[in-house]
Order: sequence, then structure tokens, then C-alpha cells
Amino acid sequence: MGMTITEKLLARASGKKKVSPDDIIFANVDVAMSHDTTTPLAIKPFHEITKKVFDKRKVVIVFDHVVPPANIQSTHLQKKIRKFVKEQEIENLCMEGVCHQILAERFVSPGDIVIGADSHTCTAGALGVFATGVGSTDIAAIYATGKIWLRVPESLKFNITGNLPKGVFAKDVILHIVGEMGADGATYKAIEFSGNVVRGFSVSSRLTLSNMVIEMGAKNGIIEADEKTMKFTNRRGEISKSDKDAEYENIKEFNISNLEPQVSCPHNVDNVKNINEVEGKEIQQAFIGTCTNGRIEDLAIVVNILKGKRIARNVRLIVSPASNKVYLEALRLGYIQMLMQSGAIITNPGCGPCLGRHQGVLASEEVCISSSNRNFKGRMGSPEAEIYLASPATVAASAMEGKITDPSRYL
Amino acid sequence: MRVWKFSDDINTDLITPGRYNLTTDKAQLAKIAFIEYRPEFAREVEEGDMIVAGKNFGCGSSRETAPLALKSAGIKTIIAKSFARILFRNAINIGLPVVICKEADRIEEGDQVEIDFEKGLIHNLTKKEDLKVTPLPAFLIEILESGGLINYLKRRSLRIR
Repeated sequence: MGMTITEKLLARASGKKKVSPDDIIFANVDVAMSHDTTTPLAIKPFHEITKKVFDKRKVVIVFDHVVPPANIQSTHLQKKIRKFVKEQEIENLCMEGVCHQILAERFVSPGDIVIGADSHTCTAGALGVFATGVGSTDIAAIYATGKIWLRVPESLKFNITGNLPKGVFAKDVILHIVGEMGADGATYKAIEFSGNVVRGFSVSSRLTLSNMVIEMGAKNGIIEADEKTMKFTNRRGEISKSDKDAEYENIKEFNISNLEPQVSCPHNVDNVKNINEVEGKEIQQAFIGTCTNGRIEDLAIVVNILKGKRIARNVRLIVSPASNKVYLEALRLGYIQMLMQSGAIITNPGCGPCLGRHQGVLASEEVCISSSNRNFKGRMGSPEAEIYLASPATVAASAMEGKITDPSRYL
Repeated sequence: MRVWKFSDDINTDLITPGRYNLTTDKAQLAKIAFIEYRPEFAREVEEGDMIVAGKNFGCGSSRETAPLALKSAGIKTIIAKSFARILFRNAINIGLPVVICKEADRIEEGDQVEIDFEKGLIHNLTKKEDLKVTPLPAFLIEILESGGLINYLKRRSLRIR
């Protein structure tokens, strides 16, 4: 019996010829990441067991959740992290965007084991790596030992086939899948995306798919690397493929030829509806950004809808580029100017208002449509606010109209 | 050993909302547990109480403040029909026992329960019935018995196996 990509990477990282689902293994970690919210709780446990990080080049610490800090408590926590970074001589302290975008742009190579103290670390799986999220104590143990214990997950294969209809994007595809599977439909599993739609997607769109596997409980969401991946990573790393006789717990087919734009409705990500069921719902905030949809491809779609027009008067549109690289490219292409002329507020790269701490906090009874990945009650501000999740195109069209709008007529 | 009952899909934003996630201090974390979702929880929870939940407890973010706030508030064990994987790891890593019980629905708010970890049984003293627990892998029990991952590593001189 052959192995899936996930099994191959885990076998290699744990020095074994073969691993099977349910084995507990001890894997060497290639990239270990934590950020301004998860690092503080890792420092004390780290100091309890060791003095030095296992490899100061393999540790990446990113300030992205509240950057620059918005209140004294946040600054205090970041000050504590800076002390740790200095004392450990950690080479990579980044403040140039969302951690998952930074990892994809600069640190991850196909074939790696990537562990991050953030649930959306699964994003990097789109580059043909094993990537999963953990908490602070786990990352402290990795910073100390360079290793992690993992249970080898059963693999699910999702074949995404058909022709993408107008107005439908990677975000709609993954929202549809999350809606079908449910919030715990893939708990502890490895998801492998394949099919002509995935192969046709850009790296940016693939990152959107892998980003949201955690919203159905999955451990990782992997996509076989190809020429597009190698180009994106400047030919770092190597391509691994699943064996023909690899074993999958389940193979699911998703034909998306008739898919409509999808919207995830309050207050759970798996509460996914076709856009025609929610069209017309008035909004007060529209948000473009995050590790899900804050890349240049996303901004291009938004600019295409907004350019030369003004957004609705009663809407605040917030755009947070996912990284400095994205921001600079958007400036170069004139996107930032066009967005501002349309009435958008541009923030510095980072998580922006996604987690409700700054840069666009919702008041009670406000409604936000967002290109992010979570709509839990209270996530972006008041627990009496409502969050709808959609593609950047749907968010932009909705900002134009002041209500949830099918983007098809703008494209 | 009072039971605090919760529904399916309790996410980490409900346990410790992002806007309150600004400290590593355990006493302060104890105060923010379910601060908006169930404000009476932090005020009334007593040392040794338990949480009983439906499926997918702790889905969402990797924030370890979620299990840490519950532990700091006095919660001794979390019983659920199933757990989201990051919270499951985080709870074990900080030495907070997690118990999977497919029949957790049979336990109600305010019930008095005790757990016999050796026999793998939940005794519901209020309903006078015993419920079976799904056993955890031996490796995870070893981490829990050490009091969490850090103590486990200390005990084994940093060797992870």
C-alpha cells in the first residue's frame, strides 16, 4: 500500500520508511512560527525547560494580530516578545504582514514540516508542505527541541472539477465545501485537494483553499506542488506526490460548474448559503484582507469592480493588504490610489479588523461582509454584530451597493 | 463537581474573545472565561466544577488562553462528545483532562458528576447512572499524568519520546 503526500512528509520528518494513520510520530520541524498573541504564553514554559532555541534560523516570530499595538496591554506583550527575540538571537522578527502570508512568501519550501502557533497555519499546505496549527505550549516545546509529536491523520481526497462560473472564485469553492462538510466534518483529518480546478488555480487561490480547512476541523490541507508552486517559492524545496495506491478514508467529488457565489452567514462558518438567499441584506462595513483573501489577485478583483466609482455612502470599506510585498505591488499597479478614490480606508499590512481588536471594530447591530475566514459571534467586535463571509468580489460589489450583492453583474 | 453544560461547536472566540485576550496572567484569564457568552460563569464557577459540551468543543483559534482560562477558573475536566483538535492538544499540554463521551447529552446543567479515570467511567451522581468514556492513547495519558507537556519533557530530560 502506498502513501499520501501527507504520510510521505511525516515519514521523512520522523525518520521512518512508512507511517500509517493513527501512528504517533515525532517529527522534525522545518519552520516554527508564533505571533504577537500566541508567543507570550510560550515564553515561560520555554524557559522552564531550556535556555536556547533549537535553531534561531528556523524560528519565525511575526507581529500581525495587533500591529502597531493598539493599547498598553498589547504593547506590553510585544515588549516581552522583543526581549525574548533579542535574548534568543532569533533572526526573524517580522512586522510586514499576516504571518501565513509571510511564511508563504519567504520561509516555506515544498516538502517542509511547518508548525505554527495559529490555527490558520494550514494555509501553507497549498505549497505542498505539511502545515498545521498548534498552541503556545506546543510551540514552546518545538522552540526547545525542534520536534513535535503528531498523530498521523487519515487522508481525505477532495477532487474539485468542472468550470468555474463567472463571479465564482476559490473562496466560493471552499465556503461551499465547508458548508457541505460541516464545522467538524474533517476533524483530525488530512485533506488533499486535487482535480482540474485546483491545478488551474493560481498559488494565491490555492492558499485560499488550504487556509479554510481548519473551519471543518482538519489537521492540514495539502495541494501537490507543481511548476506554479516552484516558481512561487523561487524553486526552493522539492515536489512530493501521493502514490497511485495511497489509501484515502474517503474521496469526495465537488463539481463546481453550477456553483453560485457563496456566503457564510452568522454565527458559524459552516452556515453557508447561495448568494440569492441573502442578497439585499444591508451592511455597514466591508472588509478585504487577511490570510484568506488579502493578496494581489484579490485586490485586482476588487479594483476591477470599484475603479472610477464610489462605494455606498453608509459603508466603511477597509482594505488590509496581506503583506508589504502585496502592498508595494498594489501601489505600483495603482490599485491603492484607485481604492482610496473609491472611498476605501487602507490599513497597514496585518490581520486588520479580522479579530476585532482594532482598525474597524463592529458596534452592536452592525453588519459586516468580510473576505476573512471566521464569523463567530463577537469575533470582530460587539457580540450583537453580524459577520458574513464571502469572496473579495462579493465584498466589493456589496460595498458598492451598501447591501449584500451578487458580484456577477459587476464582472 | 457541578456541571456547566454547553452546546455543540463552542468556539474559542466564545471562551476567550479576542478583545479580552491581552494578558498571560492566570487570575485575569479566569475572569474572562465566557465573559460575553455566559457572564455568570466566571463569577459562579467553583474549584472542581466540570464542563460538559456537545460535539466539536473548542473549534476555531489556537489561542491557549481558552483552556487556560477555564483551568484557571477552577474547571477540573472538560467532557465533550468530541473536541476540535487544537483545543484538545492545548488542554492536554497544560494538564487539563479532556474526556470524550459519546453520551455526554445525558448529562444536564447542574448535575453532580465524578470521573473514574481508571475504569473509564463518568458517575452521574444526580441521575444515578454511569457513562462510558472513549479511552485516550497511552502517550496522551502519560502527558496528562505528568501534569502537561512541559513537565513531561522535564521528566524525560527533553526527550520527546
